[in-house]
Amino acid sequence: MGSVSRRGLLAAGAGLLAACGSNTGRGGGSSGSGLVQWYHQYGEAGTEQAVRRYAAAFTKARVSVQWRPGNYDQQTAAALLTDSGPDVFEVDGPTLDQIQGGQVLDLSALVEGVKGDFNPAVLGPKTYRGRVYGIPQVIDTQMLYYRKSLLREAGVEPPVSLDALLDAARALTRGTVKGLFLGNDGGAGVLGGTPLYAAGLRLVTEDGGVGFDEPAAARTLGKLHRLYADKSLLLGAPSDWADPSAFLQGLTAMQWSGLWALPRVREELGDDFGVLPFPGDGVGGRPSVPVGAYGAAVSARSRHKEVAKEYVKWLWVERTDLQQDFALDYGFHIPARVSLARRARRLRTGPAADAVRFATEHGHAQPLLWTPAAQTAYQDALSRIIQGGASPEREVRGVVRKVSEELARVTRKR
Amino acid sequence: MRRTRALWFWVFVGPFALGLALFTYVPLLWSVALGFFDAHNTVTPTHFVGLGNYAAVLRDDAFVGSLETFVVFTAFIVPATYVFSLSLALMVNRVRRARAFFRSVFFLPAACSYVVAALIWKMSIFNGVRSGLANTVLGWFGGEPVAWLAGTDPPWYWLVVVTVRLWLQAGFYMILFLAGLQRIDPVLYEAAAVDGARPGWTVLRHITLPQLRATSVAVVLLLVVNAFQAFDEFYNLLSDARGYPPYARPPLVYLYYTALGQGQNLGLGSAGAVILALVVAVVTVAQARWLGLGRREGDG
Repeated sequence: MGSVSRRGLLAAGAGLLAACGSNTGRGGGSSGSGLVQWYHQYGEAGTEQAVRRYAAAFTKARVSVQWRPGNYDQQTAAALLTDSGPDVFEVDGPTLDQIQGGQVLDLSALVEGVKGDFNPAVLGPKTYRGRVYGIPQVIDTQMLYYRKSLLREAGVEPPVSLDALLDAARALTRGTVKGLFLGNDGGAGVLGGTPLYAAGLRLVTEDGGVGFDEPAAARTLGKLHRLYADKSLLLGAPSDWADPSAFLQGLTAMQWSGLWALPRVREELGDDFGVLPFPGDGVGGRPSVPVGAYGAAVSARSRHKEVAKEYVKWLWVERTDLQQDFALDYGFHIPARVSLARRARRLRTGPAADAVRFATEHGHAQPLLWTPAAQTAYQDALSRIIQGGASPEREVRGVVRKVSEELARVTRKR
Repeated sequence: MRRTRALWFWVFVGPFALGLALFTYVPLLWSVALGFFDAHNTVTPTHFVGLGNYAAVLRDDAFVGSLETFVVFTAFIVPATYVFSLSLALMVNRVRRARAFFRSVFFLPAACSYVVAALIWKMSIFNGVRSGLANTVLGWFGGEPVAWLAGTDPPWYWLVVVTVRLWLQAGFYMILFLAGLQRIDPVLYEAAAVDGARPGWTVLRHITLPQLRATSVAVVLLLVVNAFQAFDEFYNLLSDARGYPPYARPPLVYLYYTALGQGQNLGLGSAGAVILALVVAVVTVAQARWLGLGRREGDG
């Protein structure tokens, strides 16, 4: 029993303890004006050295970089509850609850004058009631990779509608090769709201209501179950969708993956591949790709708020040369600054240029009002539709109810 | 003299009592308090909501579903581990030579980490592609590859979840049963043989099992409590960067995502943790009463 209580406690109160335990590398503590900056672990070689180099080049304060593998979002969420967290950190957000809870500082002043140069699709979700709480670092997007040779052999055209994608996936499933890989869970995790946008809907409306309370939602989501029922999907691959290995090893003819996978795919397949957005569905449908950006944020518990802000401004607003280096010299991301994205030579040709075009023309970012609770409810329902064959109408109704409650909660606050 | 003894009592007990209070009781009470507040992204909330979180968590079908998952998991894992570890113990107990060797071999998996075992199960034994171990074996018999962890119809993930825990814990319970077996007086078996009881099922049913009663009760209790705490293998087998599927989600995984994931709804998570603790307490007490925990061997 003793250990039961401890585990129960772990679930609730351990944020505090976990954060205490991870207070390492803070160096001199309160001495001097040392800043602590957190990054999640990037997979690409050289990124860590690069961010340490940027930090060392800042002259107004000593910045110590912490490179944090593991569940980064959970680590930052827990650390922000305490005084021992970072001063400056990158975050897949900040989330609405972090902003409303006053955990991150208002950074609007930092982007004054250059706000228009940040891609509005990714700056939008970091803006709450006109104030900016995170400076977008780089843009990431996802798309459908396909093997040209396999499609040619099967006599399949690159699919431009959801129905065509379903047919193509079935036609491409032969022997040991599956037609399509949408992640080991069948797509519920990685696709998220993308199919809804492809059906001409949205997650949250401009005025903060549910954006998919329409028959089209159930119709499109229901089609995803057909991919699963047809056995066209690769499931249980050794590496998940974010890694192009399944596609490169020939386990699947098409795979949904990130822009970051492009250099490796090009290196191994040469010209034998192309990229597509998620195809549109129905009358109001249009192609769609998700876009998102890690943002640089400043903790409200920082003891050096002004210097921290200066540092963020210096790195993520003023030093465009470092921003370009970070976006393009290690991994493969689209710079968050429109002016830099336009200048980048590596993004001007071939599939990379296609990807940039998809992100610009068809990109949709997760809205700020779409909270983790809403996301969980939606993803659970999508998974039940895809894998369990649950009734899409009933599942969508359930999600609409839960998301409305959640939206009411967050729009009620302050 | 008495004062010196009191002093020494506190010198020895004090640090532990302090640690216990600071790291167990204070957070525990804090967590209970959090359950009555709207505590999103904070451990010092100000907005009191009374029993709101309790109502919300009990209305959440995901939480109720997680309790159902626990019940199903327990229904599989408790009898399976019981039968398997008892069989191992009976076999090892009969071995004449190299008994220590077999005992160690069967006990070894207990030293393996749940995380490591879960990853091996997920990535090499039960992965969904043709080259996975389980699918290779299926292939010999002409079977189609199965996506073990990615499908609910049929729910193959139970096979993966149950076998990994069975492999990990059977050796430990085998040791408990061995200890129990070695305490049985050989005279009983001799008497049974004289009375004409054939070795095998009759002896097991009428001598061995009744004599193992106290051990069995302890084993079943431990198994149920451990099943309640299931987290590691579920999380490592089924979660991915985007979250966790809506099936096979035991209570601690649910609470983890609610309170410690990006959700950071510490109020709701605390309410769920308190409810869970109460359920465990009630089940354990009821079970102990029903099975007669603490009664002496052979009393029943």
